[in-house]
Amino acid sequence: MEPRLVLAVSAVLFTLGVLGVLLRRGAITILMSVELMLNAANLAFIAFSRQAGTAEGQIYVFFVMTLAAAEAAVGLAIVIALFRLKGTTDVDEVSLLKW
Amino acid sequence: MEAIAFYVLAVLAVASAIVVIVHRNPVMSALALAVNLVTIAGFYLVLRAQFVALLQVIVYAGAILVLIVFVIMLLNLREELKARSPGTFQKWLGPILALVFAVVLGRAMLAHAAPSFPAPVPGFGTAAALGIDLFSRFYYPFEVVSLLLVVAMVGAVLLAKRRL
Repeated sequence: MEPRLVLAVSAVLFTLGVLGVLLRRGAITILMSVELMLNAANLAFIAFSRQAGTAEGQIYVFFVMTLAAAEAAVGLAIVIALFRLKGTTDVDEVSLLKW
Repeated sequence: MEAIAFYVLAVLAVASAIVVIVHRNPVMSALALAVNLVTIAGFYLVLRAQFVALLQVIVYAGAILVLIVFVIMLLNLREELKARSPGTFQKWLGPILALVFAVVLGRAMLAHAAPSFPAPVPGFGTAAALGIDLFSRFYYPFEVVSLLLVVAMVGAVLLAKRRL
């Protein structure tokens, strides 16, 4: 195992998250793809932390996890509000601001 | 031993990530996401970050995933099952853009990879090592993050409440 491989896995996972956001229309699936991307970034942080032998990378991961928790709570609350308003979570249906 | 664990984890992580973005049923996507989060925790263990691996299982696979599954069950999302598949424009342009992005990202990240990991420092990745840094050098960011959590909590309650 070498740093190259770990970073490659991280890049692949991040790209899969991007692909999920680009291709899917359900708001919850898009949120889950965002979680995939956050995790891929965390993996890169941990790999570089291991490579440098210092704890900074792990502390950034700690902060990103807190941020992900906040993001999931607010994002899912928005999805619930959206479902009440529209009766669906299809993001293509949400075009109130589009003229 | 570490190498075998790494390859098994890599295959599991990529496969579960593909299931997350491909499966039409959001509950199955959430379960695949659970598998993905646990394999990421496995990566952290292989990379000697024990404390963060523990946090990953508790915070991500525990709290965040339960929240997602809870919302899926709450909204009774059969809608997503019969959601339209992506249009032709989206179906072709999406993967192309993702591929371009992967090439750029891969080049940028691999440019800074060392040929091999150094021998681990004693005490690397333990709760003690992290806690000392967190409460000395990163004390103010830590406090700001706690403020962020309060704001997110208030925001989530306000947004999801039926009537104010």
